[in-house]
Amino acid sequence: MKRDPILTARGLVKRYGRVTALDNCDFDLYPGEILAVIGDNGAGKSSLIKAISGAVQADEGEIRLEGRPVSFRSPLEAQDAGISTVYQTLALSPALSIVDNMFVGRELRKPGPLGTWLRMLDKPAMRAFAREKLNDLGLMTIQDIDQAVETLSGGQRQGVAVARAAAFGSKVIIMDEPTAALGVKESRQVLNLILDLKAKGLPIILISHNMPHVFEVADRVHVHRLGKRLCTIDPKKHTMSDAVAYMTGAKQPDDVNEAA
Amino acid sequence: MKFAKGCVVGLCASVALVGIATGASAQTSACLITKTDTNPFFVKMKEGAVAKANELGIKLNTYAGKIDGDVESQVAAVESCMAAGAKGILITPSDSRALAPVVEKARAAGALVIALDTPFEPADTADATFATDNFKAGEMIGEWAKARMGDKAADAKIAFLDLNASQVSVDYLRDQGFMKGFGIDVKDAKKIGDEDDPRIVGHDVTNGNEEGGRKAMENLLQKDPGVDLVYTINEPAAAGAYEALKAVGLENQATIVSIDGGCPGVQNVKEGIIGATSMQFPLLMASKGVEAIAAFAKDGTKPQNSEGLDFYNTGVTLITDHPVDGIDSISSDEGLKQCWG
Amino acid sequence: MTDMTQTAPPRGQSFEHDLEKSDRTVAAFERTKRGPLGTIQHGLHGNPTLVPVIVLGLSIAAFGLIAGGKFFSAFNLTLIMQQVSIIGILAAAQSLIILTAGIDLSVAAIMVLMSVIAGNLAVYMGVPAPVALLVAFAGGTGAGLMNGFLVTKVKLPPFITTLGTWSIFYALNLWLSGAQSIRSQDIDKAAPLLKFFGNTIAIGNARVTYGSILMIVVFLALWFLLNKTAWGRHVYAVGDDKEAAELAGIRTDRTLLSVYGLAGLVCAIAAWASIGRVGSISPQAYYEANLHSITAVVIGGISLFGGRGSILGALFGALIVGVFQSGLRLADVDVLWQVFAIGWLIIIAVAIDQWIRKVSA
Repeated sequence: MKRDPILTARGLVKRYGRVTALDNCDFDLYPGEILAVIGDNGAGKSSLIKAISGAVQADEGEIRLEGRPVSFRSPLEAQDAGISTVYQTLALSPALSIVDNMFVGRELRKPGPLGTWLRMLDKPAMRAFAREKLNDLGLMTIQDIDQAVETLSGGQRQGVAVARAAAFGSKVIIMDEPTAALGVKESRQVLNLILDLKAKGLPIILISHNMPHVFEVADRVHVHRLGKRLCTIDPKKHTMSDAVAYMTGAKQPDDVNEAA
Repeated sequence: MKFAKGCVVGLCASVALVGIATGASAQTSACLITKTDTNPFFVKMKEGAVAKANELGIKLNTYAGKIDGDVESQVAAVESCMAAGAKGILITPSDSRALAPVVEKARAAGALVIALDTPFEPADTADATFATDNFKAGEMIGEWAKARMGDKAADAKIAFLDLNASQVSVDYLRDQGFMKGFGIDVKDAKKIGDEDDPRIVGHDVTNGNEEGGRKAMENLLQKDPGVDLVYTINEPAAAGAYEALKAVGLENQATIVSIDGGCPGVQNVKEGIIGATSMQFPLLMASKGVEAIAAFAKDGTKPQNSEGLDFYNTGVTLITDHPVDGIDSISSDEGLKQCWG
Repeated sequence: MTDMTQTAPPRGQSFEHDLEKSDRTVAAFERTKRGPLGTIQHGLHGNPTLVPVIVLGLSIAAFGLIAGGKFFSAFNLTLIMQQVSIIGILAAAQSLIILTAGIDLSVAAIMVLMSVIAGNLAVYMGVPAPVALLVAFAGGTGAGLMNGFLVTKVKLPPFITTLGTWSIFYALNLWLSGAQSIRSQDIDKAAPLLKFFGNTIAIGNARVTYGSILMIVVFLALWFLLNKTAWGRHVYAVGDDKEAAELAGIRTDRTLLSVYGLAGLVCAIAAWASIGRVGSISPQAYYEANLHSITAVVIGGISLFGGRGSILGALFGALIVGVFQSGLRLADVDVLWQVFAIGWLIIIAVAIDQWIRKVSA
C-alpha cells in the first residue's frame, strides 16, 4: 500500500549557537496512522516537534502539509493550518470552564448587533458545540460542561485538551508526552482516547518515553538519534529492547525505512 | 580705593579672591528641614527662612521628607547638616520622638537645634521651639464661637473633626483648646474623647483633607442631624465639612470654625463658608529661627521661651468677618494679605 | 462511552495484560460523593461572589440589630453607597489588574492626578469642561498603558512597576497642583460639569448620588465585558496561566496592555466622580486609596493569584468595608478598632480564598 504522506519534512536544520539540534532531518506522517517519535534526551525530538508545530522556525529545510509547502511563524499559524498540539502541560486554564477552555481564542459571537456591537459571546452555541465534540470522543458523561477544568481528574483534563485539539478542523494532532503525568488507570483511558481519534481517521504524532505505551498504540515508530531520523520501525516486528538499542546507538537497524 | 589704581591687575585679583575665600569660610551655615516640600505651609516657611538668611548673610541648606511621617529622610538630612558643619538646624520633626536621638547628636556636635511648628517630646530635646500656640489657636475659635452663638451656646450641638486616630499633639491641643474656649470640661487635656459634655455630638477623623472632612461630617450628621457648630482641625477639612452640610441642605444651620490661615481657607472665611479661623505664621517661625541662629553664631545666646510656655510663641490671629466684643480679630480682607499658600 | 474492549487486539509487547479487565472507559466525567463541607466548598468554587454577598447580608443584619434604626435607614444605606463610591470604582479598576495576577498600586495616584489635570484646565486655564474631562480620560488611559507597557514589554513585575508609577504620578500631581486644593466654589463658577456626579436623586430619605449610580454602572459594564465577551475570557485565561493562554492561542501581551489601559480609563472616570464626591479637588486626598481598593477586591473574593473571582465581588467588598465602618461608628466604636476589624476581614477573606482554591474532583 503506497499512500502519499499528509505531512512531510525534508532536510530540516536547526542550530542553537554551536549546537545543531536538527541535522538534515526528514519526517513523514501518513493519513490515519499513529506515528510515535522516540529518542534519547537531547536527540532533538522536541526540536523536530517544535519545528512542525510552529513553535520554532527551522534554519533550513522544507515542511509540506498535504503536499503544499508551509512555514509557520507561531503555533497559532500551525493551528490555523490544521496542525494542533496537545502540550504536555495541556495549556488549559484551570479556573475556566470546559467550554471556555475549548473555545479560547476562537470564541463564537452572537449573531446580530449583540455580537457585532457588544461583542457578546454566543454561550448556548458554544456549549452545544463543546458537548457534541466531547460526545464524539466518548466523553459524554459530562454533567456540567461549565465546570472549572481544575475540578477534573488528570485523564479528564487530557480529554478536554484532546477534544479542543480535534474540534476545529484539525488535520494532524501532535501529542507531547500525554501519559507522562498520569497513573496507570488514567494512562489507559488516554491511550483509548488516542485510538478513538485514530478510528476517526485523524493522524497522530505521539511523543513518548513510555515504551510499552508506544508499542501498544503506534503503527510506526520514528527513532530519532543525533538530530536526525535514524529509522522508522514497525512495532510488531521489533522488540522494545531493539528500539532502545537503536535510540542509544547500541545497535544499527538493518533497514532504515522498513515501515514506510 | 585710590591706591588700587596703582597695583598690578593680577595681584589685585588674587587679593580679592582671598577676601572672598575667607568670607566664605567665616559665613555661618544653617539648615532648614521640613516635613515635606510640597505643603504650602512648608513652602511659606522655606520662603521666610531663605529671605531672612539672605538678609543676614547666612548660607542656608534646605531639606524635606517625602511625606509627613517620613522619619528616615529627616534623619539623613540632620546627618548631612552635621557633616556640613551647620551652626544651626531648623526642623519640623515628622515624628516628635523618633528624631530625638539624632538631634541630640547634632547638639552634642555644637549645633543649635530649633524645632519649628511641631515640638519634640520632650520639648527640651531641642534648644528651642518656635511654634504656633495650637492650644491658644483652638481656644480663640472656641471663645469666638461661644460669643457668636450667645444664649444658644448652652445647648449647642458640636461636631469635632479631628486629624487621625493617633491623636498627635497638634490634634489634641487644637481640639482641647477649642473645648476650653467654648467652656467644655476637657478632663484629660491630652486626650480627645474622654469628655462627657452632652453638647458634644461626636468626634471623627479627617486626615486633614477635604475628602476626610466630608466623610467625617456625614458620619456625625448621622449621629445627630441637629449639629449647629463644627470644629475642624484645618481648613481643607472645613471645606469638606461644608460640602457635606450643603449636600443635605444644612449649610445655614451650622457654623464652621477652623485653624490654619491658608489662603483658600481665608477666602472661605470671606465667602462665609468658614465662620472664623485662627491664622498661624509659618514665615515668622522660620525667619525668627534664622535670626536665632545668627545670634547664637555671634555670641552663643540661645533663644528664650515665651512666658509660661515651653516654646517661643510665634503668634495666632483670629480671622473673621463677624467680630465679637472682647476678642481681637482681623477681617478676611486683611487676612488675605497675610495668608500663606 | 464508546466500547473499545473488543477492538483492541494485543499489540507489540503489551505487558499490561493485567489491566485488560480493568476499567476500559475513556476519560469520563462523573460526580463523586462529597461531605457537606465539600459541597459548600464546591458551591463557593463555582460561585465565588457568594461569600461576599453572604457576608454583606449578615453584616447589614448584624449592624441593624446593634446600631438600630439609625443604621438601617434608607438615608444611611444610601450614604454608605456614596461614601464607598470612589473606592468602589477604583476597586473595579484594581479588579481588572488583579484578575491578570497583577496588582496596581498606582490607581489612586492616577485618579488624583487626572482630577488635578481636569481641574487646572477647566478652572484655571479656561478650557471648556468637556474638553478638560476628555484630556483627563486620555491621560488616565495613557497612564494605564504606561504601566501595561512596562509590565508586558519591559517585563517588570506589576508590583514594582506600579510602585514606581505611583510615586511618579503622585509627584506630578503635587507639582501641577502646588499641593493646593482647588476650592469647591471656584469649580462651581468655572466648570460645574466637573461636579456632575455630586448631584443627588432624593427618594424619600434616600440620597442616591449620580456617583453611586456611576459606580454600579461601571461594575455592570466591566462584568459584561469580562463574562460575556471573548476579551473577558482571555483576561481570565491570562491571569490563570499566562503560558497556557499563550499556547492556546491568546496574544497575552495585547490582552494585558488593554487591561492596563482600561484600568487607567476607569481611574480617570473615578477622578471625575471624586470631584463630585469631595466637592473640591484635593491633591492630598486619597493617598492610601490604592490600598483600600485592594482591600475591597480581596474581601470581594477575587484571588490575588489571578484568574479567579467575579468583579462584582469587589463591589460587595467595598460595600462590606463601608457597612463595617458605618456600623461600628454608629455603635460608637473608636476609629482604631474600625481599622482593626477591617484588618481581620482581609485576613479571613484571603484564608477563605485559599481554602476554596484547594477544591479538587
